[in-house]
Amino acid sequence: MKAPEVAYACPSTLDEALTLLSRHGDEARPLAGGQSLVTALNMRLAAPALLVDLNRIPDLAGITRRDGVVRVGAMTRHRDLGASDLVRDHLPLVAAAVPHIAHPAIRNRGTLGGSVALGDPAAELPACCLALGATMVLRGQGGERRVPADAFFLGLYATAIAPAEILVAIEFPLPEPGAVWGFQELARRHGDYALAGLAATARRRERGLDAVRLVFFGVGDRPVLARGASAALAGAGIRAAQAALDADIDPPDDVAVKGRTRRHLARVLLGRVAGGMLEGAP
Amino acid sequence: MSGGLTFLDRPNSYIGRSVPRPNARRLLEGRGTFVDDVAVPRLAHVAFLRSPVAHARIAALHTAAASAMPGVLAVVDGPALARVCAPWVGVLGHFKGLRSAPQHALAVDRVTWVGEPFCAVVARSRPEAEDALAAIRADLEPLPAVVDMETALDPGTPPIHPELGDNLAFERRLEVGDVEGAFRDAALVVEETFGFGRHTGVCLEPRAILADWNAADGLLTVHHSFQAPHMMQDILAKHLALPEGAVRVICRDVGGSFGIKVHIYPDEMATCALALMLRRPVKFVADRLESFTSDIHARDHRVTARMAFSAEGDILALDMDDLTGIGPYSVYPRTSAVEANQVVNLTGGPYRHGAYRARARVVLQNKAPTCQYRAVGHPIATMVAEGLLDLGAARLGLDPAAIRLRNVIPDDAYPCAGVSGIRLEKLSHQAALAKLLAMMDYDALRAEQAALRREGVHRGIGLSVFIEITNPSAAFYGVGGARISAQDGCTIRLDPQGGVVAAISVTEQGQGTEAVIAQVVATATGVPLGMVRVVSGDTQATPYGGGTWASRGAGIGGEAAWQAGKALRANVTAVAAAILQARAETLDIREGAIVDAATGVERMSLAELGRIAYFRPDTLPAGVQPEFVVTRHYVPKDYPFAFTNGVQASSVEVDVETGFVRLLGHWCVEDCGTVLNPLLVDEQIRGGIVQGLGGALFEHCLYDSEGQLLNGSMADYLVPMAGEMPDIAVAHVVSATASSEIGAKGAGEAGTAGAPAAVVNAINDALRPLGARVSRQPVTPETILEALGAI
Repeated sequence: MKAPEVAYACPSTLDEALTLLSRHGDEARPLAGGQSLVTALNMRLAAPALLVDLNRIPDLAGITRRDGVVRVGAMTRHRDLGASDLVRDHLPLVAAAVPHIAHPAIRNRGTLGGSVALGDPAAELPACCLALGATMVLRGQGGERRVPADAFFLGLYATAIAPAEILVAIEFPLPEPGAVWGFQELARRHGDYALAGLAATARRRERGLDAVRLVFFGVGDRPVLARGASAALAGAGIRAAQAALDADIDPPDDVAVKGRTRRHLARVLLGRVAGGMLEGAP
Repeated sequence: MSGGLTFLDRPNSYIGRSVPRPNARRLLEGRGTFVDDVAVPRLAHVAFLRSPVAHARIAALHTAAASAMPGVLAVVDGPALARVCAPWVGVLGHFKGLRSAPQHALAVDRVTWVGEPFCAVVARSRPEAEDALAAIRADLEPLPAVVDMETALDPGTPPIHPELGDNLAFERRLEVGDVEGAFRDAALVVEETFGFGRHTGVCLEPRAILADWNAADGLLTVHHSFQAPHMMQDILAKHLALPEGAVRVICRDVGGSFGIKVHIYPDEMATCALALMLRRPVKFVADRLESFTSDIHARDHRVTARMAFSAEGDILALDMDDLTGIGPYSVYPRTSAVEANQVVNLTGGPYRHGAYRARARVVLQNKAPTCQYRAVGHPIATMVAEGLLDLGAARLGLDPAAIRLRNVIPDDAYPCAGVSGIRLEKLSHQAALAKLLAMMDYDALRAEQAALRREGVHRGIGLSVFIEITNPSAAFYGVGGARISAQDGCTIRLDPQGGVVAAISVTEQGQGTEAVIAQVVATATGVPLGMVRVVSGDTQATPYGGGTWASRGAGIGGEAAWQAGKALRANVTAVAAAILQARAETLDIREGAIVDAATGVERMSLAELGRIAYFRPDTLPAGVQPEFVVTRHYVPKDYPFAFTNGVQASSVEVDVETGFVRLLGHWCVEDCGTVLNPLLVDEQIRGGIVQGLGGALFEHCLYDSEGQLLNGSMADYLVPMAGEMPDIAVAHVVSATASSEIGAKGAGEAGTAGAPAAVVNAINDALRPLGARVSRQPVTPETILEALGAI
């Protein structure tokens, strides 16, 4: 299919972009890497009247460390995220997740902000943001707003981004001493959306783990912080966490696979990832 | 052949060498000419309104708003198009009892599957045509949809075509030998129900057609991404009521076909009819989404089968029942009964048992039509026999390799007939098995498997012996009344500088047909490969022929090229002999020069001969008339088909917690007779294996109970990707066919024929100690977890 006609604006400042979004309301969509939106246009699943291209706005991309956080500009490409020394040193969970995102051609264009703003429930980066307790930095005409990841993902492709707001950056706290992490996903083919995936962080204690955040993706309508399983893992170990997981997630049946299969795979992943974190080898 | 040389021994033979494809560089440089690259003035674009439901009556179509949209040139519905394009019925005379109903290019009265086109919008651009599609309102009155093939024949299921009375399109029964007696006396009987999911061929270039009616010339020129240009020419002429000479079909570069592009598609016929109606060129390029609902699908079989064994492991009998759903129409003109018919012909074909019973039922349903796709019926037939054989071996405590070696028709038994009556000229199961077991180091792999099993690692090894139908004679289609050429021709012209142009009626879709033809022509004529040009895919420029399908391009087209090249060489050496005052039989052509055949000493260059023949014929001796254009044709006559054989092996590791399968290695030994170009043959085998693994593990057209296709996109329909594929080792045994001088049989489908059974057997081999087995393809992680009782 071919995309319907759409107007296109390529502002050179963030204020200009915000003005356009504000003026055109629902009719306008910001365009980041285009790896989901352009496909949706071509399939005629989306038909905005105006695309506001964010690619020429300076300072939306880039990775910096300051004030106890690593700040990643929303227009930072997956490729650059994966190649960054700062990410490798301070956000190894994100570095581990990047190779699982689709394929190199898509990672060359796709952006962190685009992925997080779309909020695909099976995507890797939203789950990483949630596991790492990231903060989303949003800008609207009224100024800047900061939303913690825990309050950001609201449902299927639904986020806390308000109309005429743009996600400009994501701030990840620097890991504390003793921080451990784990990442695994199960996809039929490399680069596919996972049947189930797990991004996890915790702090290793003398015996066991605490501050556990087990975030599953591909098992619900958004990345799911499995609170019961996380608490059980900290308090009682892997088997207890696997048992508690049943109450945390309720994956529906879909075309690809039955819900109970995703649930089973999530349980297996929990065992493997938690085992790795307990042993210190992610 | 003169001088006692076979063509393999000719001094400048290119046969058996992995010479590069002449078109590879052009394609890599982006200089291919696919249909969408063809530029013509006043081009219009068509988009089709496709049925959103599986079965409905078209009560009314409201098209006024669409007609008024910007850029729209015409909105045409089924009845209007039917005045230009006559309907067709996909039946063949030699499939006794095969029934279908008249099918229109654009549905009239009823739509019968999700994706069936029933209205066309022609506009200045494709986006404008799609904009207008959205403005058409169709009043569709739902009719009951026949979705599940298992209930399609139930008395309570309404017939899709009331005039047929029920949904049975075709049934074939075969009984050979004392089947009942064999099962009664057997030491062991194993039984299994096998499922083969519906899948499709996903071509890099989707279906595409550009039709240009030039009223002044009285010529309809059709650029088509297709495998059989002359067949298309004949069918367009028939259904558009044009003389044959008024239709020219050109198939330049074609981006993959796999059997998808050898059938008559309603949207493509409609595009040609619209070009006639509008008197301007019209182009249709299927997009990825409509490809999934409008390209032919394949497989979708359920086979229940049992096999009888002696206590020693001899196969005594095979009994099977195949049910397949083919969509609402049998596809024109090759019909949708062929796959089931092949399953009956091929199942158990490698083995020497004498008792065989088969029933195949082909039923209509409201899903996308199915038809011939790479390795028609072969993966089904192979899986049934190989799956049962492994079940038997396990019960009898025999090694899977040993039970196969015990049961294959021995290499010294040929010529003979297979159990279904198929005539086999020369196969090499024993040699192929021996070579395969050595190549994969079977015993070491088994030892490693046993050692790892003790550590909780679940590996499996699967074997799959198969036969493949290639080089079909007229027995395939012609005898049934289909006007599809079984013969092919090659015309070769020597040009003044000593190069040749070969026009060939078999076609190129990316597999290297033109390269093989160039090799054969260069070898036969003695002209260097770099001075051979090949023309294919143009009904006005090549001899009449069938095109490329059923693994026939190299074996049939190659022999036509060989015969034409030999004849041209004889003509050329005769003229040279007259000039050189030598006897023609003492001369040969090598590396572009006339040489003394005995010593190889050059007598004159072809360029000098060309100069004389074309520009100074006045100097030739009286009565010498150079004939430097030669045409020869070839059709296999000794056997209905040239059967080939092979054996594949797969090594897998199953993660029994997740159900994921890792493909560790794959091996294939096959026998396609003379190997013209080893590189191309091996890549055909590898590509075929990957497609077979796709069907076995990934690809599945999923429908819901209402007949909606649920996963018709590249995101949801999983084609096999390189990352998951194993290394594939390929080797050959050569049993040349005596039906032709070049001795080549087909190789295009062998990989797909055997790969699914090999990998499924490997998975079951891994699962066997856990008491689990799988029999439904595709085998997904979920299937395995269910078999293990883990979910």
